[in-house]
Formats: sequence, structure tokens, C-alpha cells
Amino acid sequence: MTRIMTPTTTDLDQAARAPINEAWSEEAKIHALREMLRIRRFEQQALKFYNQGKMGGFLHLYIGQESVAVGAASLMNGHDEIITAYRDHGHALAVGMSMEECMAELFGKATGCSKGKGGSMHFFAPDKHYWGGHGIVAGQVPLGLGLAFALKYRAIPGCALCFLGDGAINQGVFAESLNLAALCELPIVFLIENNGYSMGTSLERSSSMATCLAERAAGFNMDWDVVDGSHLYALRAKLHDAMEKARSASRPSLLEMTTYRYYGHSIADANHKKYRTPEEIEAYKKNHDPISSWQEQLMQEGILSQALLESLDEAAKLEAAGSVDFAEASPWPEPSTLFRDVYAEVDQGSEAGRLGRHFFSDLNAA
Amino acid sequence: MPLITYRTALNQAFAEELSRDESVFLMGEEVAQYNGAYKVTEGLWERFGSKRIIDTPISEAAFLGLGVGAAMMGLRPVIELMFWSFAYVGFDQIINNAGCIRYMSGGLINIPMVIRGPANGGTSVGATHSHTPENLLASTPGLKVVAPATPYDAKGLMIASIRDQDTVCFMENTLLYGNIGEVPEGSYSIPLGVADIKREGTDVSFIAHGRAVLTALEAAEMLQEEYGISAEVVDLRSIRPLDEEAIFTSIAKTHRVVLIDENKPFCGVSAQIASMIAEQAFDELDAPILRVTALDAPAIYSMPLEKLQLPTAERIIQKTLTLF
Repeated sequence: MTRIMTPTTTDLDQAARAPINEAWSEEAKIHALREMLRIRRFEQQALKFYNQGKMGGFLHLYIGQESVAVGAASLMNGHDEIITAYRDHGHALAVGMSMEECMAELFGKATGCSKGKGGSMHFFAPDKHYWGGHGIVAGQVPLGLGLAFALKYRAIPGCALCFLGDGAINQGVFAESLNLAALCELPIVFLIENNGYSMGTSLERSSSMATCLAERAAGFNMDWDVVDGSHLYALRAKLHDAMEKARSASRPSLLEMTTYRYYGHSIADANHKKYRTPEEIEAYKKNHDPISSWQEQLMQEGILSQALLESLDEAAKLEAAGSVDFAEASPWPEPSTLFRDVYAEVDQGSEAGRLGRHFFSDLNAA
Repeated sequence: MPLITYRTALNQAFAEELSRDESVFLMGEEVAQYNGAYKVTEGLWERFGSKRIIDTPISEAAFLGLGVGAAMMGLRPVIELMFWSFAYVGFDQIINNAGCIRYMSGGLINIPMVIRGPANGGTSVGATHSHTPENLLASTPGLKVVAPATPYDAKGLMIASIRDQDTVCFMENTLLYGNIGEVPEGSYSIPLGVADIKREGTDVSFIAHGRAVLTALEAAEMLQEEYGISAEVVDLRSIRPLDEEAIFTSIAKTHRVVLIDENKPFCGVSAQIASMIAEQAFDELDAPILRVTALDAPAIYSMPLEKLQLPTAERIIQKTLTLF
């Protein structure tokens, strides 16, 4: 059984009273619910059409983890940068990418956010400070260092949010990156989304630890903490503090967000019902589902009515279905686009892009 | 024109670009306070300070990745690898990230980064420190690869590489760092994708890059003196983009070609070029395409044998004589 943080009522009350949450407007709290619903409904549609063979490759669903991306995005200040791994749909929608461009990318269509060249694992939106979407486990971690480095180099008052899964912490480059972040005092927050499984291998079978994963930061003289990732108040309170330390003092931190995914590692994960028990999955859904618990919270606060909830959910479902229609109606990329977006100089038609041969197959072959 | 070393020519290129563009920074192991393991960055830390010239721990994957991330944000990192052989622990960052992110983002991102350092055998340091990965890197669409043979080319190509909007893998050579040549003061750039005829000839074309160009020139002189054979030496300078016109133009003149390459033969740079010549210039050939490459075993440590392992003027001459 994965280790789920179960904060006491006192902890949650305290988190709710953190200044960053006290200052959170009712409108923004409802927006967070809307975003979590949108992510879930988007992915449910994606799953349906993946199973119909409408998209290729892998589909790593974020369902169950929505609070983490939405909570993090709610704290970004316009100068902060964000990067994540291949389970990237939630982060993409949370920072403001449209369902249409994301669904079209899953379908491999020309209207996709990457023009059909990246797929599920490789969503990008630099204009929204979103730097991917990366397929190799931990490959994005040092890129996060680079984002933080550039912020500090240019004296921009932001921080980098660098997401990774619990499986990524056993890659060598993760340790290298913690060391470099601490040594160079980079404004970065590493966020481990600990959903308990490196594909089919449980935390206990993959990571040696004393008490938790985040504690590894201690060896690098870096601040660390463990957070209930299923609860927006709890994660916002601690993440805000870490982001402020990064922005104002250029001090990096490592936060471990406990969370859970309802589906397999990807939809191609044939064993996902074998390495976890149905009871384990149901227990999380019942006690920690980020959407249900946030709904209850907002109802208790008197902000959310049943009618509003239903209308938010209905809108999310309609938007998701509409994104599928958009994707289905969109054209495939033209064969001639195969050689575009490889070299910036070639795409720009600059002198450097015109000199010498850049491609070694017949450009008419496509 | 001043006579300076290949090492100083590179150093001047960095100083020019660091002065011109605030977004340029240098990073790597021992590049700052130590003045560079091969002294290529000597004096730059004193002049430009710790913000621009940055020492790293021995963590190639992390600082290569840092470079990619910073370049995505618009900075222009120049990342030194003490040896290109050390890139192998950071290959994910070079191939998957520097090489593929632009494409996978549908062109939303570009990565204006230079990765540089020596990539050569011939110094008796064993196989792990003697790799020449220009062929591996050039086989990744999205990356550019250059390999200058002279101090003049080194400076001009480095300036062009730092200004390029894409990632350039810049292959230097510890055996060339001390070589002296004429190099103009001040800034100039040599475009990527343009070869240079280092020696005019009429009977056979030698196609080479990096230090193999100098070996080819040595062989060409000996062939002229001893056999009256006039060899033309085409210095590719840039592997990708590749100046195929220069190759075909030379072959149209000489009708014979020997490719000289410090890469190993299997899928080496010269293998690609041989295939292009066979496909596109077959009718110009009066003789088979021949290659002189590194001998196909891991780089040997023992000094006399290693000298034989890399292309030598003698091997080039022997091969060339079979064409006549």
C-alpha cells in the first residue's frame, strides 16, 4: 500500500489559515475546482478514444493527481516557469493550454499544440511558461535547473517548478541536479509527485529510504518537506513557502507530494490490476480523491452549491467532447512538414539555414 | 596578420562574444578558476567574472541539461566538455533534449547552445578518453556538428556557432590546440555548411575534417614530390550542415576520391559521404571511392600502435596509389 499522508483535521485547519490560502478568493477556489474537473473530463475522453485506436503511442493519465498541477499553477506569478515529465496533460491544462490543441496533439493532428510532432508526452507552451512534457524519466530535471539559472541570470523575480515522479529520483541526473541547484543557489522547487509506483514497481521495491523520498535533499543541504498532494490548502501552503524562498532568497527546495493515479502507468500497462489491489485503489478514491475532497471543502465553506458543481462539471464534459470533435475534424500534418521545426535557422530561411545540406534524405520522399 | 594558436583563437572567439552579447555564458569543469583543463578559457574568469564563467562539479548530465534549459529561455550557453568522450554520461541531454525538443514542440522552442571540447585520439589516454563522436551526433537531425582544423577556422566557426539559433556540437582536438596559424584580430565569422579547399589539385580529391585535414595535406605534399600526383584537399569544416557541392565540384575536377576520417569506419562520417558520392556523383568517378579511417578497434593505449591506428600520411599514400 502506498504511503498516503493523512493530515489531521488540525493540520488542514492550519493549512487553510495560511496567509496564501486566507488570501485566496472564492472565485479562485471555484476556478481550481473547474480546472480539476476539466483535467479529469479531458482525460476520460482521451482514454475513450485511445481505446478506439484513434491515437498512437502511450497515454499516461493524471486522473487522481489533479490537485497537484492545479495547486501549483494557482501559485505561479507570471515570472515562474514550469516543467514536468510525460504525465503532462494536467499541467498543460492547468497553465492555460486549450483542450482543443491538447486533444488534437493526442490525435496526431496538424492543429495539435506541437503540430502532431510530439504526442501525449511532449506538450509545450513557452508563452505560458510551460516547458514540457518530457518522455525520458528524469530527463527534464536538469532542464528545470536551466530555467532557474536563466531567471537568476536575468534577475527575474520568479522560480522554476520542476516536477518529477517518484521513479525519477533513482536516476543519477536527479542527484546531480540537486547538488547543482544547492551549490549554485538556484531559484527552483523540485516537486516529486509520489504516486507510489515506478510503472509496476512499488515505492518499497524501488527506493531505499529512511522515512520518505524528500529526505534525500538533506544530503545536499537543501530544504525539504512532505505534503498531502491531494489537498489544495495543504499543498498550497507549503509550496508557496518554498516558492517564496526560491524567489526571494534563491534557495532551492524539494517537496514530496503524496498522490495516487487511478489508472496504470500508461494505458498500455497490462499489469496495472496485478501490482495493486482493487481495495487500494478504492480506498484512495474514497478518502483522498482530490476533486471530491475539494468539493466537500467548498460546500462546507458555503461557496459551492450542488447546482454550481453540476454546471461546472457539465461544462467540462462539453468542452472535452468538443475537443474531440475538433481533433477528429482537424487535418493530418502535411508530409512536407516532416522537415520543418528541426532547425530554427532553416525554418527562418536565414543565411545559416540556407548554406550546406541539413537533411540527408530526399526532401521529396515525404 | 597575427600568428596565434588554435587555443588562443578559440579564447578570442569567446572573449568577442562574451563582450558583444550579455546572454552568452561559459560553463564546464575547470573552465573558470583553473583557467581550463587545456587552457582554452584562460583569463576569461578574471575578465568576465563568476556570473559569466562558471565552474561546475563533475556532473555532465546535469550541466548539459542546465545548458539546454537556459537556452530554451533565450540564453546562449557555451558548455565545455573536458573531453567529448565525457558526453556519453550526458547523452540523453544532448540527443533527446538538445536534439529533439524543437521538433517535439512543433517549433515553439529553439536551443541556441554550443557544446564544445576536444574529440580526438592520438594522445595515449586509452579508449575511454579518445572517442570521436561527430558521426553519432551528426546522425541526430536537430544537432549541428563542426570540426575545425586550423586556428583561423576555429575562431570564425566558434563565433558563428555561438550566434547560431540551433545547438552546435563543436569538435576540437587536443593535438591541434598548440598549432599556430594566421588569425585576424577582432570579430569575424565563418558560416557553417561551407567547406574550404585547403589545397588545390587535379588528380585526386581528399575529403577530410578536423585533424585528418592536416594529415591529408601532408600526404598531398608527399604525393606531389614523390609521384607527381596532384591531390586536392577539401576541408569540410562543418559535418552537418554539409557542403556537398564542394565535394561534388572537386570530384568533377579530379574524378578520384579518398575520404580521410579519424572516425572508426562503421557508420563514420566518411561512410555517409561515400554513399552520397556513389548516389549522386557516380558518373564522375574513374575509380572506386576509397576510405582511410581509424583502424576498427577501441583506441589503443600503446603509443606506437596508436599512431598507426589513426590515419597516417603513409596509409593515405598507399590507398591513393591504388587508384592510378
